[in-house]
Amino acid sequence: MQPLKTVHSTFVPLPLENVDTDQIIPARFLKATTREGFGKNLFRDWRYENDNDQQPKKDFVLNNPLYSGEILVAGKNFGCGSSREHAAWSILDYGFKVVVSSFFADIFKNNALNNGVLPVKVSDAFLQKIFEQNNQSTLTINLDAQTITIDATGDQETFDINNYKKTCLLNGYDDIDFLLSIRKDIEAFEAANL
Amino acid sequence: MAKTLFEKIWDKHVVKSIPGGPDVLYIDKHFIHEVTSPQAFAGLEKRRLPLFRPQQIVATADHNVPTINQHLPIRDQLSKHQVDQLIENCKKFGLELYGLGHPFQGIVHVIGPELGITQPGMTIVCGDSHTSTHGAFGSIAFGIGTSEVEMVFASQCLLQMKPKRMRINVEGELNKGVVSKDIILYIISLISASGATGYFVEYAGSAIRSLSMEARMTVCNMSIEMGARGGMIAPDETTFEYLKGRPFAPQGEEWEKKVAQWKELYSDADAVIDKEITINAADIEPMITYGTNPGLGMAINSLIPATETLPEGERKNIIKALQYMGLEEGKPLKGMRVQNVFIGSCTNSRIEDLRLVADMVKGKKKNEHVKVMIVPGSQQVAAQAKAEGLNQIFEEAGFEVRQAGCSACLGMNEDKVPAGEYCISTSNRNFEGRQGAGARTLLASPLTAAAAAITGVVTDVREFLS
Ligand code: SF4
Repeated sequence: MQPLKTVHSTFVPLPLENVDTDQIIPARFLKATTREGFGKNLFRDWRYENDNDQQPKKDFVLNNPLYSGEILVAGKNFGCGSSREHAAWSILDYGFKVVVSSFFADIFKNNALNNGVLPVKVSDAFLQKIFEQNNQSTLTINLDAQTITIDATGDQETFDINNYKKTCLLNGYDDIDFLLSIRKDIEAFEAANL
Repeated sequence: MAKTLFEKIWDKHVVKSIPGGPDVLYIDKHFIHEVTSPQAFAGLEKRRLPLFRPQQIVATADHNVPTINQHLPIRDQLSKHQVDQLIENCKKFGLELYGLGHPFQGIVHVIGPELGITQPGMTIVCGDSHTSTHGAFGSIAFGIGTSEVEMVFASQCLLQMKPKRMRINVEGELNKGVVSKDIILYIISLISASGATGYFVEYAGSAIRSLSMEARMTVCNMSIEMGARGGMIAPDETTFEYLKGRPFAPQGEEWEKKVAQWKELYSDADAVIDKEITINAADIEPMITYGTNPGLGMAINSLIPATETLPEGERKNIIKALQYMGLEEGKPLKGMRVQNVFIGSCTNSRIEDLRLVADMVKGKKKNEHVKVMIVPGSQQVAAQAKAEGLNQIFEEAGFEVRQAGCSACLGMNEDKVPAGEYCISTSNRNFEGRQGAGARTLLASPLTAAAAAITGVVTDVREFLS
């Protein structure tokens, strides 16, 4: 996992609520057996007219050359639906490091964190302010300070993340490293309880 | 200290707590399938780690498998590759696999309970969000991502934040024509597709108590559709009765000992609950969804709600959903033509579901304009349906009886709904494209699905019954 400290970038706005994991990566693309290469099918059905030809849908934001960046900003309840980690992989593989929303579905949030993608939960009002920015506007996310700033206006909010996950992200560690380090405790637990 | 059902089980499984951080939670049972496991096996190999507790893993192939000609090689090369990978990984890591051709094969959330692997008081995970199904037995069961599958492979543990507690009571008697699927669709329509995010839900109340185990599984199955981490129901005589004698259930003295422990699994009267909702069972009617998330549901006789009074964000969403569905606000769904009926999925593919459907369609023929697919949840369900003569009823009615698998629930195999067509489905998700690109899904109970199969239109099963 890549460490993540600060992200300063323009953003891609997706002002839709309840963006579910079937939209992020449709089931027919889940047949791969590796973690790589999912970015090209991110939001596949919103992005392309059909599977055979690569004809992009002009009105979808990922196809709009005016918008780019390492930050995806989406409406409330982002990532609801299935537990497929492919959703987080496709977002990461596409090049996003941060997803901003006013609400995240639980499993998606965990999956994102486990892959070094930072979910930043902001208030509805703050989210609205971001959506009102133009395509040149940048956001700065500082994980250490737990802040997100709209650079043009100076508006800032703090966001929550538990300390453990924060340390993991800042250092690029993952849970397995930690779990392996407490193997003795796990064996002791088994001996006492099973 | 007074505890909830959830806390009693959770606290017993905490190996270690990280101050200000998550708990290290011990996992009793880990179900795996072909779609969300290959990257986890690969990760393990990359780190040169063995499986920590292989005997606590149960493997099956379900999401990707064809539901016809299962004895032949899988035709779709990508699906075949994924299923082959699972076979190979199980071999390499010494796991028993209930794969195609095995009498125990089936949808992972159907086989766990029917084999008696799922038991009260357990912690259960699977790389699939509908793992919440197993909560019907009074276990803590929840879906995880592939990185977490790898963690459980490596350590039999997960790092988890303790969720908040919600209790949903359903009190009283259910109306005629109303089954457990209607209960859960009603609850989700009430509290929305994100209304339980951050919570673990306990279902209680006399209407829940009166449900069979299979009906309880349907309720718990869809907990995730309101954002909940999982759902659970305290075990009782119904639970013990169901489990007794199943292949992996405890036997003899061990059984008695376990039942005594399981009887302690209930929420203490004065336990603290963060949010509580009580529903009158009599208010629940047969339900159907009209939108593209399971929260957008209504009583089958209702009109699709008007959007003008809704907050802007929500309004935009519903308008987009209705556009996708080809539906209009203020209009009824009842009487609308449907081209497809799908009866199956881990929500409603158990023997009781099939019996309900068979009862309704016995001696009748399906409408000539409807394609009806009925897909048992497991090989065991399929065998039992055949033995009870249900298959014959379905075939005489013109239904297509398939072999066990996830099938058109997510359209990963060839069982898809054509673009633009409607499908009344007993599954759990009506997301855009879920049953195939452009497919329009209306979620409903097996009864409502069976009625539509006969009439060819969205039908109020109560009128159909009388
Ligand atoms: S039947 Fe559908 S919801 Fe259930 S496990 Fe299979 S794909 Fe998932």
